[in-house]
Amino acid sequence: MENTNNNPFLPHTEKDRRAMLEEIDRKSIDELFEDIPLSVKLNKDLELPEALSEMEVKKHLKKIAEKNKNIDEYISFLGGGIYDHYVPSVVGHVLGRSEFYTSYTPYQAEISQGILQSMFEYQTMIAELTGMDLSNASIYDGATATAEAAIRAVAITRNDEIIVSSALNPTYREVLKTYLEAQGFTLRTLPQSNGETDMSYLPDMLNENTACVILQSPNYFGIIEDYSKLKDILGESKALFVSVVDPISLALLEPPSTWGADIVVGDGQSLGNPTSFGGPLLGFFAAKEKYMRKMPGRMVGEAKDKDSNTGYVLTLQTREQHIRREKATSNICSNQALNVLAACVYLSVMGKEGIKEVANLSLQKAHYAKRKLKELDNVTIMFDDKPFFKEFLIKVPGKASEVRDALAQKGIFAGIDVGAYYEELDGCLLLSVTEKRTKEEIDYLVSSLGEVIK
Amino acid sequence: MVRTRPDLSYTKEHEWVKVEDGKAYVGITYYAQEQLGDIVFVELPEVDDDFSRDEEVCVVESVKAVADIYAPISGTIEEVNEKLLDNPEIVNSDPYGEGWLFMMSISDEGELNDLLTAEEYEKILEEEGEG
Repeated sequence: MENTNNNPFLPHTEKDRRAMLEEIDRKSIDELFEDIPLSVKLNKDLELPEALSEMEVKKHLKKIAEKNKNIDEYISFLGGGIYDHYVPSVVGHVLGRSEFYTSYTPYQAEISQGILQSMFEYQTMIAELTGMDLSNASIYDGATATAEAAIRAVAITRNDEIIVSSALNPTYREVLKTYLEAQGFTLRTLPQSNGETDMSYLPDMLNENTACVILQSPNYFGIIEDYSKLKDILGESKALFVSVVDPISLALLEPPSTWGADIVVGDGQSLGNPTSFGGPLLGFFAAKEKYMRKMPGRMVGEAKDKDSNTGYVLTLQTREQHIRREKATSNICSNQALNVLAACVYLSVMGKEGIKEVANLSLQKAHYAKRKLKELDNVTIMFDDKPFFKEFLIKVPGKASEVRDALAQKGIFAGIDVGAYYEELDGCLLLSVTEKRTKEEIDYLVSSLGEVIK
Repeated sequence: MVRTRPDLSYTKEHEWVKVEDGKAYVGITYYAQEQLGDIVFVELPEVDDDFSRDEEVCVVESVKAVADIYAPISGTIEEVNEKLLDNPEIVNSDPYGEGWLFMMSISDEGELNDLLTAEEYEKILEEEGEG
């Protein structure tokens, strides 16, 4: 194929190309690639439309983008791990500063005190929130954080069986399965009954090969799990307790450290990050101090220089990125610095009282929504007697996905069809209510649902 | 500080072995700790873990480098020097005494004969240009 076009996106002129070919003693581009058999070459032009002007491209793309329905236009009751909490405008302003924005994954973080300080502050706040000794400077998302916690438990205990609650977010379980299967570890699932992890199975499942038990609270169905018997069950076992949490809930609930958690993980998206169609997210990872050396990712520490000025430094970086990469136990060598910054700004702006208010409003509104939905004929509140935080399950007549789609026609994202993950919960929708939902919006959901299922 | 002690056996990888009541104490040599510099962390093995000779047992980390410690002989870990978890610098200050890393059973007495004497080890150091 003779390449003679003067494409403005390619930096080389025809003259450049000729000079390069001459240098390597080739007459044409085709000759350069003659080792590639004709049969596998594309012997025609690419099927591309005619070029458009910038104005036309913008118009075209806008039209495509408008096919997406978003939570600015729709009333969202979506949750299941990613939540529509309010993001104060200051978060965007700080994030947008070029010093932070352009170094979103700062491989040479050690040169920037500002970024290091933001990570340090973030770590401190996550450690406080979870009640753990320390936190790393983040990893990809809650699902990978959970999988990493399991791998750490394997390394720490030298056992290779992981017990996971079936009430853990099913997408997290998928990631966990991928990680563990690839490394030849065993994943065993604790069944749920009545929306809660059924701890009665744990004593029998626990054995000398158990590396950890992974439990989520509030769990995937929003139910606050009862951990009070866990310590007794684990007893002398070497198995670690990995706790998956919603950071917002920790403003009201006891931190998992109370129940003896060894590692606490979760998604920090709800702390000042938008829902963004599922990503980027923010995985947090906090642990007891004795596991510091086994933590994935990086950790920023505070130090003093010789003149006693405070300085921030990358104190620990596991082997993923630099030395002894062959010994790495994780493939995560970066962190979510910009999302960390969002969480850091969010937590500082909200303060202890602010985040408590976010949690409390979410809880109150979710409970109001549940009460109102209960009044509807044909709607069943699942696990009605269980304490829940900001999410709950309802069973609707017919197909949950059809009800969901019908509500979308009315401008409502009515939650997740959980039948896709749990056969036994076919016909159920998982609804999430944050502080952003107004009474009118909740009432509108209830009346709309009433109409749809009539 | 003495560089080698005549009553110990050595490996080419700079570990020393001391046999006492049928058990082997293992540490790193004076030369090894000097090369590593300030030791900041020792990752000890688990008691009851089995190792064959030359298998990686644990890790010693200094401000400059991370070094793997290999099993000088085959056996089972019977005791680890837990003092090092909080005070890893003992390895620098007393590598042949308080700075021992772990103690293991000896599954094959014959393997002890393959270890180096202090004299042989000194020779290796000299060959490495450190004499």
